[in-house]
Amino acid sequence: MVTINIDGKTVEVLEDTTILKAAEQAGVWIPTMCHSEYFEPYGVCRLCSVEVVRGKRSRIVTACNYPVRGGMTVHTNSEKVKWLRKIIMELMVSRWPNVKVVKEIAERLGVEKPRFASLERDEAENACILCGMCVNMCNDVVKAGVLGFAHSGIKREVVLPFDERSDQCIVCGACAHVCPTGHIKVVFEDYRGKKPEFTLGPKTPIYVPTLQAVPRVPVIDAESCIHFKTDGCENCAKVCEPNAIDYDMKDEIVEVDVGQILIATGFDLFDASAMAQYGYGRLDNVYSSLEFESILNSTGPTGGNIVMKNGKEPRAVGIIHCIGSRDINHHAYCSRVCCMYALKFAHLVRDRTKAAIYQFYIDMRAFGKGYEEFYTRLLDEGVTMIRGKAAEIVEGAWNENGDPSLKIRCEDTLIGKFREIPVDMVVLCNAMEPRKDSDTIRRLFSISKSPDGFFLERHPKLDPTSTATDGVYIAGCSQGPKDIPDTVAQASSASARILSLISKGEVEIEPVRAMVQDEFCSGCKICNNMCPYGAIEFVEEKKISHVNEALCKGCGTCVAACPSSAMTGHGFTDEQILAELDGLLI
Amino acid sequence: MAFEPKIIGFLCNWCSYTGADLAGVSRIKSAPNVRILRTMCSGRVDPAFILKAFQLGADGVIVMGCHLGDCHYQEGNYKTVRRLPFLKRLIKDFGIDPRRLRLEWVSASEGDRFAKVVNEMTEEIRQLGPLKLSVHREIQRAIAHQ
Repeated sequence: MVTINIDGKTVEVLEDTTILKAAEQAGVWIPTMCHSEYFEPYGVCRLCSVEVVRGKRSRIVTACNYPVRGGMTVHTNSEKVKWLRKIIMELMVSRWPNVKVVKEIAERLGVEKPRFASLERDEAENACILCGMCVNMCNDVVKAGVLGFAHSGIKREVVLPFDERSDQCIVCGACAHVCPTGHIKVVFEDYRGKKPEFTLGPKTPIYVPTLQAVPRVPVIDAESCIHFKTDGCENCAKVCEPNAIDYDMKDEIVEVDVGQILIATGFDLFDASAMAQYGYGRLDNVYSSLEFESILNSTGPTGGNIVMKNGKEPRAVGIIHCIGSRDINHHAYCSRVCCMYALKFAHLVRDRTKAAIYQFYIDMRAFGKGYEEFYTRLLDEGVTMIRGKAAEIVEGAWNENGDPSLKIRCEDTLIGKFREIPVDMVVLCNAMEPRKDSDTIRRLFSISKSPDGFFLERHPKLDPTSTATDGVYIAGCSQGPKDIPDTVAQASSASARILSLISKGEVEIEPVRAMVQDEFCSGCKICNNMCPYGAIEFVEEKKISHVNEALCKGCGTCVAACPSSAMTGHGFTDEQILAELDGLLI
Repeated sequence: MAFEPKIIGFLCNWCSYTGADLAGVSRIKSAPNVRILRTMCSGRVDPAFILKAFQLGADGVIVMGCHLGDCHYQEGNYKTVRRLPFLKRLIKDFGIDPRRLRLEWVSASEGDRFAKVVNEMTEEIRQLGPLKLSVHREIQRAIAHQ
């Protein structure tokens, strides 16, 4: 540790720290233009010049990269320093008079009117001030090495190689992030004018998956993280005090042996862009229910404020039920939860804004405990209920002045009239539908699906959680649309079924089994290859096949294949089936 | 009296039988001519059963199983799909029109498909008329003899 004196203040700092850092510790302001904590000091703007006195000698140095030495005295505001800064600022102001950072520092340093007239005067507010921060960021931190300076003197400029779009650029946006004037901007181009599925908020490469994540630790998205593209950056590792960042961790597939499986793979949201009349993905301020849920979330992109794309509060909100459900063109079934969350939306919109609320419904299905009461309460809160499914959403005018808004065209079946209702925001209550990969999952566990595509339970009333495959259970929306209480009930029931089997310690198997009658078996081994479970083994000493009854599932394929009728299927023997045939054909 | 075909349906327990059940539960109308015989898997259907059915007077036989890849026993229906074409060739030599034997995939959720398949099959057999085999005459003679 060494002790130095900055503007009369004494500070104790580690040797070799820069004067700038020491001054920060002492609470002394030194203006900078090209300095950033992200990369090594660059020392190009010369604004941080200070006067260093050691013994009788005094000299001007740049604070950002000059290391402190014991007994040093630093003046940041001496006449010499002031004079130097003034010239630098005057030169900058003369060239970039309208750039915000330049104006701010000039004002603070008392530079009003520059004495010089620049040949390269740039009136733009976001002019490039050649601080080189982007270049340093790209080269030192990101290590992509795309940006660089070209030419010298007044022709100096930041360029890409050969002034062309570079393949080396990983489009990380770090240069734009560090640019003090906004000269470099990140522009998101919409892909064919269609909005990506979720564009409601920024997502960083390192993030906590959900607020309720267990364990609640951040993960790194290797596809967008700079480090995995260029080996650079590592800023998160630098700031992480417990040293918890590990770039070497990899996704791995872990195989676990289990006796029973509970499938709770949930649902997908119906893609409302399939119903072009509602303009989802085409019109602004038309949201799916899940997106609106995210808008309502107090930790969401808008902080829970219900605002439109332009940041203003909507004057009216339309909530349209049954998007893709109860619709023979898409899903015939009722999605069950939408009526209630639509009412919740209306309640929250009423609570947080002054907007008028319109609900467009086919039938209200408030079926659960306390639900009907909530519906009645909502009616008293002044929500306009319109019975009739909206026909389409068009861009229209709010009033005669041509104030832009959306217009919902619908038939109000209760008054028997066609209506056009101007709203600013529309929430679509999308149907729940089976997961896109549900067929793959289904085949993996050899379970069936019901006509709507959700997994099929063994019995709709008596056995709603188990499936046709022993030891495989289903719960929640993978079995059909349901709300949270129903899901919890079904999942609890499934877990209880699983636990009861575990505590019993034994598994009862169906009596339908195959068996070899040893005296008839010729040992041809045809059945050995038939069995998908490997339940048939060949006994070498006796030269006959034998069925392992614990493995056999009783399908009977081997029985049908046995050329000497030595294989019998209990419950479905040849005699039984032939007798059945006889009976059927009398 | 108009000809009413007798059709034997071998239905697998997991898909087609459940599908037939669904058709019933959903009150979907289908021809009553298919007499259903449940097996655990379509792979259990021994070709001998089918021949026996024809011998005992069935005008048609329909075997129904899970769609390929959906088998409850993983691959039982693949065994069926290999056996049945051989049998079709065989019954042709016996003087039975191969159209009288059908293999169809009906899943547990396809109650409407079950009804459709059954109606189609019944209609086709109705067109083909009753199955006449020499063995039938012998059986009838034997019965008359008793």
